[in-house]
Parts: sequence; C-alpha cells; structure tokens
Amino acid sequence: MIWDWDWTMEILPDLLTQGLLVTLQATLGGAVLAFVLGLFVALLRRSRRSYISRPVGAISEFIRSTPLLVQLFVLYYVMPDFGVRMTALTTGIIGLGVHYASYTSEVYRAGIDGVPKGQWEAAIALNLPRHWTWISVILPQAVRRSLPALGNYLVAIFKESPQLSIITVVDVIGLARELGSERFRYLEPMTIAGLFFLLIAIPASILIRRMERRFDT
Amino acid sequence: MIRFDKVGKRFGDVSVLRELDFHVGRGERVTLIGPSGSGKTTILRLLMTLERVTSGTIHVDGQCLSHMRRGDRQVPADERHLRQVRKKIGMVFQQFNLFPNMNVLRNITEAPVRALGVPREQAEDKAHELLKMVGLADKAHAHPSQLSGGQQQRVAIARALAMEPEVLLLDEVTSALDPELVSGVQNLLRDIAHQGNLTLLCVTHEMNFARDISHRVLMFDQGQIVEEGPPEQIFTEPAQQRTRDFLQAVLDA
Amino acid sequence: MITINPCSAELPGALGETMPFLCDGTVITLQSAIGGSVIAIAIALPVGLMATSRHRRARAVARVYMEFFRGTSVLVQLFWLFYAMPLLTGFQLDKIFAGVLALGLNLGAYGSEVVRGAVRAVPRGQREAAVALNFSPFQRMRYVVLPQAFVEMVPPMNNLLIELLKATSLLSAITVADLAYEGRLLVNSGSDQLIVFALLLVIYFLLSYLITLLMRFVERRAARVVGRERPRRRAARTVEAAR
Repeated sequence: MIWDWDWTMEILPDLLTQGLLVTLQATLGGAVLAFVLGLFVALLRRSRRSYISRPVGAISEFIRSTPLLVQLFVLYYVMPDFGVRMTALTTGIIGLGVHYASYTSEVYRAGIDGVPKGQWEAAIALNLPRHWTWISVILPQAVRRSLPALGNYLVAIFKESPQLSIITVVDVIGLARELGSERFRYLEPMTIAGLFFLLIAIPASILIRRMERRFDT
Repeated sequence: MIRFDKVGKRFGDVSVLRELDFHVGRGERVTLIGPSGSGKTTILRLLMTLERVTSGTIHVDGQCLSHMRRGDRQVPADERHLRQVRKKIGMVFQQFNLFPNMNVLRNITEAPVRALGVPREQAEDKAHELLKMVGLADKAHAHPSQLSGGQQQRVAIARALAMEPEVLLLDEVTSALDPELVSGVQNLLRDIAHQGNLTLLCVTHEMNFARDISHRVLMFDQGQIVEEGPPEQIFTEPAQQRTRDFLQAVLDA
Repeated sequence: MITINPCSAELPGALGETMPFLCDGTVITLQSAIGGSVIAIAIALPVGLMATSRHRRARAVARVYMEFFRGTSVLVQLFWLFYAMPLLTGFQLDKIFAGVLALGLNLGAYGSEVVRGAVRAVPRGQREAAVALNFSPFQRMRYVVLPQAFVEMVPPMNNLLIELLKATSLLSAITVADLAYEGRLLVNSGSDQLIVFALLLVIYFLLSYLITLLMRFVERRAARVVGRERPRRRAARTVEAAR
C-alpha cells in the first residue's frame, strides 16, 4: 500500500485543528473586510462627484485585473519599508479583503441597480432626505438582493485562502507543505488538505445555489 | 391522413387531453377553436413530435407517430423513425421562431439543404420563389431582426413550405402580431389554403379567418371535442351551450 | 521616431536592471495562459454540452467533474498534481505541464458552467422550430443552438480568461519562472521592491486589458452574427467569476 495510514492518523489532528483554524480565520477575516469595504466602494462609485467615482472605479478595476498573489507580495514585502509591520496572517487577511472588495463592490452595484426605480420615486414623493433614502430604503433591499452572490464570494475567499501559504501563513495548505517537506512525502498531507476544501466548499456552494433559487422566487 | 385514437396527454397531474378520437382527411382543412388551456395547441405539438402522447396512438398517413415496429413488437419511436414521419409535417409557430443567426434566405434554405439533402442552388431558387409568393422578394438578405412581426411570420411560413410538407400546422400564427399586421398574414394563408391541396390544421382565435379557410371546425373544451361541423353551422347555429358561450366571449372581446 | 525596446537592458536605472527578466517572465506567463485556456476550452465545450444532455449519466459525469474542480482552488490542485500525485502514480509531471494542466482543469470546470448556461439560455422555440424543420439532433446543436449560445458565452469567457491569467501567477509557487517568480527573484536579489512589484502589477493589468480588447472584438463579431447591434455589456461579470 502506498498510502501511509499511520502517518495519516498522526498528522490529521494537526491539520484539522491548527491548519483549519488559520484557514477559517483568514476566510472570515477576509470576507468581513471584503463585504464592508465592497459596500463603501460601491457607494463611492455611485457618487455624483466624478473626481471620487472615477478614481475609485479605476482602482477597483485595476485590483480585479491583477493577481491576488502579487498584491500579497506588495503588502508583505513593501509595507514594512513604510514602517507598517503586521503578522503574515493579518497581511493575508487584508490582501484577501481588498482583492475581493473589488468583486463584492460589483455585486452591491448590481444589487443597487436592481432596486426598482419606483422606490426612488416613492422616496422623493415622501420627501425623504437623500441619505435617508439610501439608508432606509435602497440599501436594505440592495443588500438583500446581493446576499446569494456574496455567499458565492465567501466560498471563493475560502478556496483562494491557500495563496496565503506562499507568504508563509501556516494554514491548512501551509501546514501540509511543512509536514510534507519534513519527510519529502506530500501525498498524505496534500490529499487530506485538498479533501478538507472539497468537503467544505461543495456542500457550501450547493447550499448557496438553493438559497439563490429561493431568492429568485 | 391524420388519425387520433384514444389519445391522452398528461403534464404531471394535469390531464390535457382525454381519450381523444378524431380524423382529418387528405387535403382537408380543419380549425381547432376553444378556450385557452383546452388542449388545442397540445394537439399540434403532439403531431410535430414536440411532445409525446401519454396514452393512445396517432397515425399520420398510415404511419404511427409515437411507436414503430421492431420485429412484431411495438417499441417507442427512435430518432430515425421520428425524422421519417416529420418529413410530412410542417409547422408555423406563434412566436415565429426564426433563427437569429441566419439571414432570411438561409432560414429558408438551411433545412432543405441539411435535412433533405437538396443542393443549395436548387434550395435557393425555391426560396426566392417562395419569398416572392409571400411578398418579400427583396428581403432575402435581410436579417430577421430587421423585419416587422408580420414580415417575420411570412418568412416563417415560407420556411415551413420550403420543406414541402403534406400537413401544415398553424399554431395561433397571428396572435403575436400587432393588429394592423394580422390581415396581411391571414390573406397570405388564405391564398395558400385555397390554391394547394395541403392538409391544414389550424389553431386560432380569429373566427372570421377560421370561417374562411376551413372545411370543418372542432370546438374543444377540457381536452375533449365538444362539437364539430362545417364552419357555417358552428358559427351560426351551434348546438352546444358551451360553444355558444365561447363564441359569445370571443365576439365580445 | 525612436522606438524603445521595453525589454532592453540599456534602459535607465532600475528599469534596465529588471525589465529583461520581467520580459522573460511575461513570455512564460503568456505561454501558460494560452496553454491553460486551450485545455480549458477543449474541456468546457464537451463537458458543458454533456451537462445539458438528456442522458442522466452524461449529466452526472459532467456534474461530478465540475463540482470537483470548482471545489478547490488552482493552487491546491497544482500542489496535489505536482507534489502528491507522483507518489501515487510513480510519475512526475514536468512543472510547466503540471501547471498548465491544473489551470486547464480548474478553469475548464468554470467554463463548462458557462457553456451549459449559454446553451440553456437559447429559447426553447428555437429548438422546436429546428425539430419542426426536421433537423437531426446534431444539426440542431450545430446550426441552431451553438451559434446562438456562442454569443452568450463571450462576456463570461472574458472574465474566465482574466481569472486564468491571474491564476498563472500561482505557478511561481512550484518554481515555474513566470512573471511573479521573476519578480520575487529580483526582489530577493536586491532590486527595488516598490519598482519591481509596481511593474509586475502594470504588466498583469496590461495583459488583462489585452484579453478584454480581444474578447470585445470577438463579441462584436459574434453579436453581428445573430443581428444584435449592441451587445449587453458587463452584465454577468461578477456573478460568473464567483462560481
């Protein structure tokens, strides 16, 4: 048998606890940041002042068009030169959050555009102040419409979080590489790590598809 | 030409046709009328093999639509058998269904060339002839999206005729048209009906049109034939209360 | 007029130091992206069609492939192909080949979804008209459904190709000498970090932009085929990318 069960049992607990914990931290941290930042970006892009909306749009487009990995490099290698010191995990969370904010802002934007025009007109007819229209009428509806797509991005952030291992974060994949390099044997740790992702991501995306269908009706 | 024997069709729990028997002779023109949901369109779709019967059999020109013989057993028809039967039948749809990825000429020639193996030149000559007949000789190279609804439906009629069917099915062909375009298409179909010996099966809500073109009218309700007869009889002195109610409702609309 | 070779070592200062290496990396990045997209498209078309098949078994096979490869990221698949698989099969893939294969398999799964969605988006009446005109099932697909589905595929494919380009940077993790790898090497050997990474980002951005220009051209051609003057732009961009 090629597969080493003894070693599997030995490394499984570490991967499950230590590794998965870091992966989940990175995912949740990144997602929260992406969801919040994305909303602000979406609002700034809707600004009537073009000196705000244009640059924000351009930066967002730029971030979406370049690899997360290189953005992580920038944060990890360049920021310390400016006196900003962070742990690798924090750096990774910021990287994930900023990168995916460029995607979630588009989701919110579609959500905002999807709110029927009549809602705006009704708010004007009621003489609601503009900022209050946003807060109490438009955003609640827009965010609700955005939820299924945001769920997709939560899964996407989870799946892409292993990139953090390249900037030395010891998540599931980072740990698997470490364990593998100790014995020059990657089969067991990499396979287990891969299975973790499948076991979480597939049910999660099926769940989100169900949710999408419910929201459709 | 067309024979329905105890045909039943269900969609899930809903029974659309029940034990339906009827017969259409060669060259006969029959119009199906009745409230929506009464199963008229389903009959056309069954004939075009877009749906399969739940029970019973349909014969077209002596050939069974849904089943074929293998040895001495009846087995569900395979694609080859279906294509054999479809050769005799053409259909014009309510929504035209022209192919947006082809110009008018290719919409008409593509099927004869691909499905019947007619040489392209011959198919194009025929297509130009048909376009002339439907009054669109100058639109051969236009794109479907550049045509009005009425013009699109004329092309769709030419397209169906290019396959030289023996039976032509017309499924509410003027329902999707703007009111001012209806009569043009109807006049065209009237000419086609009176000059050829096509067997015609037509579903429509236009009673005048039905009166002009058909030999026989079938009144449908809830998946069954309520009444049938020549148009003069059905439209002037219907025997059944349900037919009277239906005609009243249509005339009021 | 003077033409400047952007890859020349004669360029002033840090540019001359770094650009020759970054250009080498760009070539590898482009090669991986092209190789990956060829594999991805070669997979997406048949698998996407299988996913719309009437046959339950064909649909199931397509579904399993799509779920499996969308369930993990390129990086995980890459590590597995490169580090774990050799032990299992006793055969070590060349690193570039492992990389291109992982890219193709992963993006092929997303592409299958695009193909499936586009084929299903063709109105039912189109298929029915093709049946009424007695086309064979193959002819219905070839002459009626696919040409119309193709138009729907182009915008989401544009996004996928950009995702694929970005994912090539992960090949650097198994020491393929692509753009990201060359950049990191330069930084490790003492070049100015800020300049190197800024150049990296700009080059990736330009490549993404190139893909978009190319796909817009394809889209315009495709839209003309089905007689749509102005294709709906940008509609599905984010939603597709998340899948």
